[in-house]
Amino acid sequence: MDLILVMATMGNILIFVSVIELIRRNRLKEKYSLLWLFSSLVMLWFSVSRKTLHYVSGLIGIQYPPSLIFLLAFFFLVVINIHFSTVISRLSDRSKTLSQEVAILREMLERDKGVKE
Amino acid sequence: MKTLLIIPAYNEELSIGGVIDDIRAHLPEADILVIDDGSADATGKTAKSLGVTVITLPFNLGIGAAMQTGYHYADMNGYDIAVQFDGDGQHRANQLRDLLKPVENGEADISVGSRFLNKGSYEAEVARLIGIRILSRSISLLVGQKITDPSSGFRAVNRKVIRFFSHFYPDDYPEPESLVLLHKTGLRIAEVPVLMEKRLIGTSSITLMRGFYYMIKVLLAIMIDMIKEVPRR
Repeated sequence: MDLILVMATMGNILIFVSVIELIRRNRLKEKYSLLWLFSSLVMLWFSVSRKTLHYVSGLIGIQYPPSLIFLLAFFFLVVINIHFSTVISRLSDRSKTLSQEVAILREMLERDKGVKE
Repeated sequence: MKTLLIIPAYNEELSIGGVIDDIRAHLPEADILVIDDGSADATGKTAKSLGVTVITLPFNLGIGAAMQTGYHYADMNGYDIAVQFDGDGQHRANQLRDLLKPVENGEADISVGSRFLNKGSYEAEVARLIGIRILSRSISLLVGQKITDPSSGFRAVNRKVIRFFSHFYPDDYPEPESLVLLHKTGLRIAEVPVLMEKRLIGTSSITLMRGFYYMIKVLLAIMIDMIKEVPRR
């Protein structure tokens, strides 16, 4: 096994274990960890199985098989980032709606108090 | 008809009092709502001391979200008509009756006060005028009717639009963008010639480059609006 594949294997195991540990300590929601777990498992498979790596590399014309792992890593990072952008958009939408509602409710509350006093 | 004047205000303590007095002098039957968009100065306090309703946003959300708060309030409280009236003194209350007419008569769902329908009534730097011209041409093309002042924030809307805006209102460039969205929803737009004051404070902070950049960003936002899924009424 090439040294680079040994390193890739170790790296992916590290990512997988770290993500599991973060979930276990309630620092990361399962919902947002699925993509990380999935991509580290796929990359782990390609790092361990020489056969798969060489077969797929051959299919798409990659001369140096380990660079397929870099390609995969790049692809997964892009996907995860786009996913996070949608999560951020939804969060900012919700925080906007919440602050609007809070402001309207506070006005109603103050008016109510004013009437009673 | 139950009418609400929504005044979005961000750090306008110097002008807000005059704006409220002006509206009361010309349209005494309307309710006034000031949206204090997280001002650092005494905008909210000043408005409250004059006895108008003030909604204070916990932090600065920007003009789009501030206006949407007003539409939401208008929807909740059953107003027939809502008017956007800027807090910086740019809009004149003596133009309000003209602005309201098309909406009150049911001829349009939104009525926009335009500075350019009466020729020569508004003076600005050439660069700015060119920018506005390109923008208004593009928007006219998209909505299939002549729009002369798409960035005007002086506008009146009926119940249908109040409800639409309270659920869906653009954040980035709400004035031009909302026209495109309303057109897509099949609502009727009317323009009314109005007079406006020139911006008194912060004269022409828009340089040539920044104006150009602004125009490009608005055009992009509008293109995206055209392909956007809009919630059905």
